[in-house]
Amino acid sequence: MGKVIVVTSGKGGVGKTTSSAALGAALAHKGDRVVIVDFDVGLRNLDLVMGAERRVVYDLVNVIQGEAKLSQALIRDKRLETLFLLPASQTRDKDALTPSGVETVITELKRVFDWVICDSPAGIERGATLAMRHADIAVVVTNPEVSSVRDSDRIIGLLDAKTVKAEQGERIEKHLLLTRYDSNRAERGDMLKVDDVLEILSIPLIGIIPESMDVLRASNIGAPVTLADARSAPAMAYFDAARRLAGEVLPITIPGEKRGIFGKIFGRKAA
Amino acid sequence: MTKVLTDARSIRIKGRSFLAVVLSPDLPFDDWLARLDDLAARSAGFFLGRPVVLDVTDLPIDRAQLKELLGEFSQRNVSIMGIEGARPSILGQGMPPALKGGRPVSDEAVAKEPVIELQNSSADSKPAAIESRQPLQSIIIREPVRSGQSVIFPEGDVTVIGSVASGAEIIAGGSVHIYGTLRGRAMAGSIGNASARIFCRKMEAELLAIDGVYKMAEDMAPSLRGKPVQLWLEGDTIMAETLI
Repeated sequence: MGKVIVVTSGKGGVGKTTSSAALGAALAHKGDRVVIVDFDVGLRNLDLVMGAERRVVYDLVNVIQGEAKLSQALIRDKRLETLFLLPASQTRDKDALTPSGVETVITELKRVFDWVICDSPAGIERGATLAMRHADIAVVVTNPEVSSVRDSDRIIGLLDAKTVKAEQGERIEKHLLLTRYDSNRAERGDMLKVDDVLEILSIPLIGIIPESMDVLRASNIGAPVTLADARSAPAMAYFDAARRLAGEVLPITIPGEKRGIFGKIFGRKAA
Repeated sequence: MTKVLTDARSIRIKGRSFLAVVLSPDLPFDDWLARLDDLAARSAGFFLGRPVVLDVTDLPIDRAQLKELLGEFSQRNVSIMGIEGARPSILGQGMPPALKGGRPVSDEAVAKEPVIELQNSSADSKPAAIESRQPLQSIIIREPVRSGQSVIFPEGDVTVIGSVASGAEIIAGGSVHIYGTLRGRAMAGSIGNASARIFCRKMEAELLAIDGVYKMAEDMAPSLRGKPVQLWLEGDTIMAETLI
């Protein structure tokens, strides 16, 4: 039985879709069977980030409404054969998602895949609550700034109240993924420091992704950042985060903390 | 004449809780109303001057049916102060307001009066005074209170082992104790208790209130920020000092 991960944040534009694609590709890279499900019905982006926008025929809403089989809607990645995408519908809205339909789809995916990654839309409404509903693990994507942190805090409260696991009295596993981290700006006080964010949210940290042009470059060529350039700083941070998701214990380094000559020479490895 | 634009006295906003009787009708309404009439006949004046809340959760009715039902109540002199569990679409102009967040009360508390009334069904019987003193209560919350969550506990003290996030609120009838950072709102003595206090390990609060007297973040001395603080009420002023 596969594990269901929801990638969520509350706030928009913090990197949920980028992180879903990067983590999914990183997990698939080590041979696990991975499907990434886009829950952002009406504003889908995951197909672009994965470079599959011209291959979408059927989508999640078609499957939920019984117009297509799950196998018809799944798109296999051209670079990794264990990586799949289930796109959202662009012409519908979130009301097209039904609780029972989502449950059926997730149950079926869990049987076939090792990881079901649900890319949540922003907000706390229907799309976001249905994306988190059946999750075993939550990855809370947060930028080091106050509005993002407060929205994440709100989402964590909802994860503890509105998921199936929470309703059964179990605790959903929650991890913090800090994205767009810029050590220079954090030092100047323009950004919250890692410790401040951890103190406010008090959930375990799974990775710090540095702010980088590589992320933008990757989405422009339609590849998850972990596939576009596996040796770039953000890609390596995502690979480590994926290993931690799978249960490995690795020390976390804060990008940019190691300054000086070694930091400059081995900058990429240090990140 | 001249009008004082800034009045130093602030408006006191207090909470008060009443015990309301909740009626949950079921379909068909005719049968249910017959049983209600039967009850009312045996205990005359039971609903007189009593706050009654109508609970329509899960009832498949539309606006017209709800209006008709409310009409039936007013014919019987039952005044409905609020409607609980109604879909917004069935509420309309001139209807009692929608209520939410009600909490059930032990059956004894509600049953007390009806039992008395049913025993002496003569109309002139005086309702016995309810013993209102309840044992002191407190609740302990063992995890952080997240943004958007509110803890409302009019019965007594609230203790939080963890932080209270920005956008979260704690409303206690007694004192508020926070073993963590208070970033949200804390209201102590919410149902009229001037001796209630607020304690926190790290003060970053957005708003504080004791017994209806409010204080905003910007009115607080900057020297208290980030410090362990206690707050109490002296007259109409919230006093604060750092702990230790």
